[in-house]
Amino acid sequence: MAKFRKGEGRETPGMNTASLPDIVFMLLFFFMVITTMKNDNLKVRAITPSASEVEKLELKTFVHTIYVGPPIEPIKYGTTPRIQLNDEIAQVSDIARFIVQEREDAREGTQDVLVTSLKADKDKVKMGIIIDIKQELRKMGQLNLNYSAKKGKKLAE
Amino acid sequence: MARKKRSIPEINAGSMADIAFLLLIFFLVTTTIETDTGIPVKLPTMEIKKDVEVNERNILEVLVNSNNQLLVEGNPMAVEELKQKTKDFVTNFGRDPKMSDSAKVAIVSIKSDRGTKYDVYIKIWNELSAAYNELWDAEARKKFGNNYADLLPADKKKITEMYPRIVSEAEPETYGGKE
Repeated sequence: MAKFRKGEGRETPGMNTASLPDIVFMLLFFFMVITTMKNDNLKVRAITPSASEVEKLELKTFVHTIYVGPPIEPIKYGTTPRIQLNDEIAQVSDIARFIVQEREDAREGTQDVLVTSLKADKDKVKMGIIIDIKQELRKMGQLNLNYSAKKGKKLAE
Repeated sequence: MARKKRSIPEINAGSMADIAFLLLIFFLVTTTIETDTGIPVKLPTMEIKKDVEVNERNILEVLVNSNNQLLVEGNPMAVEELKQKTKDFVTNFGRDPKMSDSAKVAIVSIKSDRGTKYDVYIKIWNELSAAYNELWDAEARKKFGNNYADLLPADKKKITEMYPRIVSEAEPETYGGKE
């Protein structure tokens, strides 16, 4: 009887915060796994077209991106569409070096799985520069290409 | 003197909630759950293969000029009609003498001008992909009772062998003189 004391437990107990660290770490791991920190600074305007037959790009680690569009700073780079490889505005002739670099950075044996994602502005980009890019990729043997597009509606029935 | 037994104080976990929210807001602001989508395409190699003689009826010729107008087999056509035309062409099986002999040799050839808008080019690719996807879906449902996307890879291969998607892109020229 001495174990039960009168008066104990009259105040409402505070919130049990013992599980908060678990929640913190769960959230942290979730975001570390799901999201990508790769936010390439877009130096060109590349609003991709929409298409209904798009497929998800698997395995982001094997994807490198070429952006094509009018530069955001026309004073420095002009108004005609330019290409951007990773972070820098470049010429079409730089694509060869870019592909070699990506192949070196990739893991052994994954060279054939590398995919080039082409993000080109839908309005301002004409086929001329796209054709040049494709020729350069073909010369380098980089044949897996993905025309980046947003999921859109079917055109007609 | 009777000594009250002092309980070891627990770590004050009250500020863990603040840490949680800070981290959450940091990640929400700086990262993206980027679902990249696109139309996958396999580029042809640089070697020019001129060995196979292809009958002209087995090629569906799609030309685009710098005014974004399509010319399919010599007739102007809107992009919206391309899907149906492609499906008719591939599933012709020799009926119409101007269209393909059999689905296995049906080739679609795209020739774009340097001044064509990229958007139009993607629309063309989209319509072609849509045509083949619909053919594959219909065949998958007939043969296996499932949508094409839900099939096993071996079954998918059987269907793509029946209706192979062969799209050839010609080396481009500048028709209108406009770049």
